[in-house]
Amino acid sequence: MPLPGLLSVLIFFPALGALALLLLRGDDHVWIRRLSLTISIVEFIFSLLLIPKVPLGVAGYSLVEYYNWIAVPPIHYHLGIDGISLFLVILTTFLTPISVLASWSSINHRVKEFFVMLLMLEVGVIGVFVSLDLFLFFLFWEVMLIPMAFLIGIWGHERRIYAAIKFVLYTMAGSILMLVGIIWLYNLTGSFDLPKIQQALQDGRLFTLTSQQEMLLFLAFFGAFAIKVPLFPLHTWLPDAHVEAPTAGSVMLAGVLLKMGTYGMIRFCLPLFPNAAHKAAPWVAALAIVGIIYGALVSLVQPNLKKLVAYSSVSHLGFVVLGIFAFHNISMQGAVYQMLAHGISTGALFLLVGMLYDRRHTFEITQFGGLATPMPKLAAFFLFIALASMGLPMLNGFVGEFLILLGTFQTHPSWASWAALGVILSACYLLWAYQRVFFGEVTVEKNQTLPDASHREIGILVTMAVITLWMGIGSTFFTHRTAASSQNILDQMQRSNPQEANLHPSVINSVERPATR
Amino acid sequence: MIPRPEDLIRVLPETIWCIFGVLMMLMQPMTRNRHVLSFFAILGTILGTSASIYAYQTVGTGPAFSQLIQFDAFSIFFHLLIGLVSILVVLAAGPYLERENLESAEFFALVLFATAGMGVLSSAQELLTAFIGLEMSSISSYILAGYRRDTIKSSESAMKYFLLGSFATAFFLYGIALVYGVTGTTNLTQMANADTSGNLIKLGLALILIGLGFKVAAAPFQLWTPDVYEGAPTPVTALFSAGPKAATFALMLRIFATVPAATHFWFWAFWILAALTMFVGNLGALVQTNVKRMLAYSSIAHAGYILVAFAAVTYLQGNSETGGAAAYAAVLFYLLSYALVKLGAFTIIGQLGGAGEKHLSLDDYTGLGRRQPVVAAALSLFLLSLLGLPVTAGFFGKFYVFKAAVNSHLIWLAVLMAVNSIIGAYYYFRLIVVMYMRDTAADTAHDAHSDHVETTLAEAAATGAPLTPFPLPVNIVLFVSAAGTVYFGLFPNQVLHFVLQSNLLGK
Repeated sequence: MPLPGLLSVLIFFPALGALALLLLRGDDHVWIRRLSLTISIVEFIFSLLLIPKVPLGVAGYSLVEYYNWIAVPPIHYHLGIDGISLFLVILTTFLTPISVLASWSSINHRVKEFFVMLLMLEVGVIGVFVSLDLFLFFLFWEVMLIPMAFLIGIWGHERRIYAAIKFVLYTMAGSILMLVGIIWLYNLTGSFDLPKIQQALQDGRLFTLTSQQEMLLFLAFFGAFAIKVPLFPLHTWLPDAHVEAPTAGSVMLAGVLLKMGTYGMIRFCLPLFPNAAHKAAPWVAALAIVGIIYGALVSLVQPNLKKLVAYSSVSHLGFVVLGIFAFHNISMQGAVYQMLAHGISTGALFLLVGMLYDRRHTFEITQFGGLATPMPKLAAFFLFIALASMGLPMLNGFVGEFLILLGTFQTHPSWASWAALGVILSACYLLWAYQRVFFGEVTVEKNQTLPDASHREIGILVTMAVITLWMGIGSTFFTHRTAASSQNILDQMQRSNPQEANLHPSVINSVERPATR
Repeated sequence: MIPRPEDLIRVLPETIWCIFGVLMMLMQPMTRNRHVLSFFAILGTILGTSASIYAYQTVGTGPAFSQLIQFDAFSIFFHLLIGLVSILVVLAAGPYLERENLESAEFFALVLFATAGMGVLSSAQELLTAFIGLEMSSISSYILAGYRRDTIKSSESAMKYFLLGSFATAFFLYGIALVYGVTGTTNLTQMANADTSGNLIKLGLALILIGLGFKVAAAPFQLWTPDVYEGAPTPVTALFSAGPKAATFALMLRIFATVPAATHFWFWAFWILAALTMFVGNLGALVQTNVKRMLAYSSIAHAGYILVAFAAVTYLQGNSETGGAAAYAAVLFYLLSYALVKLGAFTIIGQLGGAGEKHLSLDDYTGLGRRQPVVAAALSLFLLSLLGLPVTAGFFGKFYVFKAAVNSHLIWLAVLMAVNSIIGAYYYFRLIVVMYMRDTAADTAHDAHSDHVETTLAEAAATGAPLTPFPLPVNIVLFVSAAGTVYFGLFPNQVLHFVLQSNLLGK
């Protein structure tokens, strides 16, 4: 029996932790919270051990684990990590203890089940990010569905059941078609193993896919990912899920679950179906740009603060999709970076909105106003995070959006021009919302006496703010590690697609990375 | 002709089941002690099931009674499956019969006879033998469906099942007659070499298909299913949904395997049957508020999924392509996972139904996650397996069927199946929602820190299903089916290895 590798430990440690939690008495809330916090922090420390294992400047998978699992058809327990998945895993393990802390006092019923679900969610999400076998990937993709649905459905707000069912049905609809796609791909290639299929593609040994087949396969995968992202017009589940979910659920949903969609596009759609991806790119980019602008406009007129943040996610994720489908190294890096930045800043925004909700039990902006007077600290943090989210230089949102726009402009100037509107709009809706919530006179009597942030809340917010700042200033720490992998994705597309390489020589030659040096 | 000793050993499982069935009848006048009766019934089912392993170890696979019976790996699989079903049904039925104050002995005898019939059906190599097996299981089933004879629904169930069932059997028999008329034999092995051109044999095969389609509840022959499943005592419903279906599918597969020439006639028939059955089952289940009835419709839907694999088999064999073995394996694995799940789910429903099976509506399941967390977790597991989520046996079942369909270039059928899975997701998930997410009176009281938590809890219990703990045999059934569901969801290798062996079906 070989020792389990670090990635296996990362996947299954929270599951063991959840089992341990189940053994505690249900009404012993204090110890349940403490134990889940411990488990999630230990998990975070484990995940930090990954950083030195991923070599700088070299693409390819590290920490590979490869065991036979099912004989017929050949399915392997194949894990591995590269620059792109590395930080997504760390983002997950980072946001989980934050979510535990955020639920410390706001979750008061069925506490044990709540933390069990949160940890099981972590299992599924990490599994998705480190699986290199299509089947295994799909398995974790589905596993994550149930805990999230429970988090929304049990601990959510008024219309939680509607939101939970909508979430499940949307996700299932996408994923079941992806399953058909995965099986079809297996039938054509004889393997579920991602590196193996990629290798075959590059050597030209692979099946000659007709362009129609390739497009259908691309759509089967892309559909599932687009629902998850969510790409306009498949986004309608997101505002419901976000508004109804408890704070921790929203943080995980916005922070990491949405990234599973964009991660899937980078990891599977582009390298496996390059021709189809090229053909679909204008359409996808159009949808992404519509999403950017539409999400921002809807945010502008939202009377509900949490929905505002939810729609801003639609807008921000539109940038990520645009960056991916611009097929430029810089925009690809920007997309990867924006995934992380959005996870932190929008996660923090949801935390702040949740803190307001804990005090006032409403998300209506009209119920707030002048909150800077009773709670100056919370207001300061909110401003800081909002500035980060709208892309102020020196903070994390700027780096991602700038790289995406820079890269996109080099291949498709018009796309970048339209998308840039989103940057302006995001400043509008966030600042305007901030003004209505925190500035002016206190209009509602109850708000006069609201307590400012507690020590626990300040702890959470300081952590988030420090990371935000660090990601804004020290972005090279991240981009050095993601550069090789994102370049590699594009290289793979080129190699399996020689004519396209001639069309865009700039894509291969672009080695300068102005914003990261 | 005097049977050889190995002939007798190869039908030992059926013999034991029948002997114990007769024994139960003989014991009835002598003892009214339910425990004694249950004990012998369980002993009989276990002995009969293990007899198939014993037969395999002593005389090995091969034909028996001059090729009336084919004892091969395929029939061992089905004997074990059907045997397991009957063991679990008998276990779950004990407490049920006691609660409903029904006679134990006759019930167990009928279950044993039905099991024997299904055993014959799954190993028959000759159509008239198959017919005998079908009748044995059907006639016992008719009586079992009406076993709660003082309830109108149960009588309705038996009546409908009997009338429609007799019709179906008649179709089957007429089909056999026509096929015999053309080929001059009822033996499948000899039929393989017969001339299969001509229209009469197509008519005969169509009639056989109608007869068998009725038994597996394929649309448009499914009309009886919801009423019969709803009215029958719940352990019987569990038996119906797992046993006869498996045995009938076994016979269909055997006909395909031995008479390949016949199969391509059936390709479009199966394509249409599969699509229709999936939609009828899932759309029907969508609007049900009675959980038992909902699961009855879901049985129809799952028959549709299995028929997708059948369409794949017929396509492959019709075009003499390879890959048929994988499709067979898909069906067998699916039947195993499905049987475990349905047994578990129906057992829970029967137990929660309470005396007279009164608490069957969705509302009765409100807050079950709080009142009986373990039961609710088990039921959720079964529902997720029916839905086909990973880490359950149902997922692999569905995965292999998808794979068989894609393998046979039936992409559109696979897409239809995917659409149906999503429809299915809605109603399975709705039950989970009701169990866990809907507020009960006790929840609201608890949240409001009311002083009357105790009384509201009692009220909630009074309006919902009773809070009695489950009896031990029921817990064993639940444990076996839940453990099986998870185990085969993680490690399907052994079963796959068994059902993929090259000499699965003896010639």
